[in-house]
Amino acid sequence: MKTTISILIVDDEESVRDSLYNWFIEDGYEVDCAANAKDALAKIESEKFDIILADIKMPGMDGLEMHRRIKAFDSSAIVIVMTAFASVETAVQALKDGAFDYITKPFDPDDLTHLIRNAARQISLRNENETLKNKLVTLENIEDIVGNSDGMIRVLKEVENVAPAHSSVIITGESGTGKELIARAIHSNSPRKFFPLVTVHCGALSEDLLESELFGHEKGAFTGAMFNRKGRFEMADGGTVFLDEIATISMKMQIELLRVLESKMFTRVGGNKEIKSDFRIICATNKDLKKMVAEGSFREDLYYRLNVVNINIPPLRDRKEDIPMLVTYFIKKYCTSMSRDLITIDQAALRRLEEYHFPGNVRELENMIERAIVVGNGKEIRLKDLPIETDMVSDSNDSLNELEKKYIQKTLEKFDWNISRSAKALQIDRVTLYNKIKKHQLSSPRK
Amino acid sequence: MEKKGITLVVQGRFEKTFLDQMARDIETAFEWPVSVVPLTHDILPFFDATRKQYDANRLLQLVHADYAAGSLKTIGLFQVDLFIPILTYIFGQAQYKGSTGIASVYRLRNEQYGMAGNERLLYERFRKVVIHELGHAFGLIHCHVPICVMRPGTYVEDIDQKKHFFCNKCAAELELALHKD
Repeated sequence: MKTTISILIVDDEESVRDSLYNWFIEDGYEVDCAANAKDALAKIESEKFDIILADIKMPGMDGLEMHRRIKAFDSSAIVIVMTAFASVETAVQALKDGAFDYITKPFDPDDLTHLIRNAARQISLRNENETLKNKLVTLENIEDIVGNSDGMIRVLKEVENVAPAHSSVIITGESGTGKELIARAIHSNSPRKFFPLVTVHCGALSEDLLESELFGHEKGAFTGAMFNRKGRFEMADGGTVFLDEIATISMKMQIELLRVLESKMFTRVGGNKEIKSDFRIICATNKDLKKMVAEGSFREDLYYRLNVVNINIPPLRDRKEDIPMLVTYFIKKYCTSMSRDLITIDQAALRRLEEYHFPGNVRELENMIERAIVVGNGKEIRLKDLPIETDMVSDSNDSLNELEKKYIQKTLEKFDWNISRSAKALQIDRVTLYNKIKKHQLSSPRK
Repeated sequence: MEKKGITLVVQGRFEKTFLDQMARDIETAFEWPVSVVPLTHDILPFFDATRKQYDANRLLQLVHADYAAGSLKTIGLFQVDLFIPILTYIFGQAQYKGSTGIASVYRLRNEQYGMAGNERLLYERFRKVVIHELGHAFGLIHCHVPICVMRPGTYVEDIDQKKHFFCNKCAAELELALHKD
C-alpha cells in the first residue's frame, strides 16, 4: 500500500509552482507540477494523485472546469482550489462542485499547512481498514523514554492504550519523572501527530499572562498588545495541548478552562469573536489533585473532566533496575552532544547510584551524569565524580558495625584507595584506618 | 575542487558574538568547519514595494550564484522580512538536497508580536531555523517528533517548542548524508 501522499500542483505561474513544490517536498510528500489544465488532466489519467492543488484562473481551461473533469474521472480525488482573487462566488461554486477547500493567494504558511494536514487526515481515515485497525500497535518516537522495569512497561502499555483515543489524560508523578516525555509519546502515537503539540508550563505564568497565552489576545486588549496574537488553544487546532503543573492555576482560570473544555469555543482576550478549536488535552502534576479537590482548592467538575485517564509514573527509587540503562543512555546523549568519545562508569559509582534514593528522580540522575562527564577524567565516571551526599543512615537498617564497614568502603572508593586522603576525610589516623580495613576484611579492587 | 565546509553569508548588522556562537553551533551540529563572510551585494533590487518584503527566491539564487562556490553548503543569514510568491512570509528556505539556503531573524523577534525583546530567545530561534534549513540542504525532510529540529514550524511558538538538535532518526539520516557529501 502506498504510504506517501502525492500532490499535484497546477498553476500557470512558474514561481508559484516552484515555491509550492519546494514547500511540499520538504514535508516528505511526493510532488508533481503541471503548468495548465490540459497537462494536469493528462497526468491525472496516467497517475493517481491524492491531493490536487489547482489555480482557478488559468489561460485556456480554467480551474473550475478542470475540477469538474477531475471529479468525473476520479470522484475520490481531493481538490483544493486557489486563486489570487478572493471572490465569494468562485469559492462557493468550487465548493458546490465538490472541492475539498478553497484558499486565497498569498497564503499564510499556517493556513496552507493546516489545509494540507486536514486533507492528509481525510485520506488517512479513508484508507484505514479493518486490517489496520486490528494490527498490533507499536509505539513510535519514544526514544527518550528509557527503562524496562515493570513500572515503566505498565506506563508504556497505558500510553499505547490511550494514545489512539481522544480522551483527556492526567499524568501524575513526582518532579523529574518525565511527565512531559509521556505527554509527547501520547501525542506522537495519536492520530493527531501531524498537528502541533503545544506545551504550556502553567506554573511559570501569572494569571493574566496565562489567560493571554491560552486564549490569545486582540490588538489593544491591554498595554503592550500591539498586535493580534493567537493563543495556545487556537494554535493547537487538530493537535494536543499539554498543560504542565495544572495544579497551580487559579480558581478563575479553572472556571475558564472548564468552559473551554466543554464547548471547545473561546474568545481572545479583548475580542468578541468566538473561536472554535479541536484539541486534545493532556495535563501533568506532581500534586495530589484528589486531595486538592477535597480541600476545595481544585474544582471537582474540572478534575473529573480532565481525569478521564490517569497515568502515574513511578519514582526512580521504585524502579532502580532502570538505572544502568538510564546511565548508559545519558552517557551516550551527553558525550555525543559534547563531541566526546563515549565513556563508561565504574562499578563502585554505578552501585552508589543504584543505592541512592533520587529525590529529584530521572532529572537528577541526568544532571549527575552530565556533571560527571564534564568534571571527570574523560574515560570513566568514578565515584568521586558523582555529587551524592552520603546518606546512609536514613536509607539503612544496618547495624552500627555494618554501617561503619560500608562507610569506610565508600570513602576508600571515593579516594581511589588512597589511605592518607581517606583517613583525613574520615578524621581518623592512618593506623586506625588500616586496622579497620583489616577488621572489616576490605580490599582494593586493584589488588 | 575540495569543498571547504559550511559558509554563513551575513546580510545586515549581527553582533560578532552572535555570529561566533552561531558558527560554533553549526560546526557542532554538522561536524564541518564553518566560515562567516559578509554579503556585499545591495539587496534593494530584491525588495517588493507592494508587499514591503524581500523576495526569498531571488535572494536564494543570489547567495547560490555568488557565494556558494567551493562550499559544501552555504546559508544566507538575513535581517529582512522574506516572502515567496504564494506565502505571506517565511522564516527561511533551502534547496532540498541542494547546497544553499537562507534564513531571516526578522519574524523571530519577540517585538514583532508585541512582547519585550529577548536576545537569548532570538538566538535560540534563529539557531533552530538555520540548522533546520541546512538539514533540508543535507536532504532531511520534515519530522513529526515534537522536539526534533526538523519539525516544521509556521509561527515562532512552534520553533520554541522544538529543540535545536535532531531526533535519532533524523540524526542517523544526517550521518549518512554527511558521509556521502
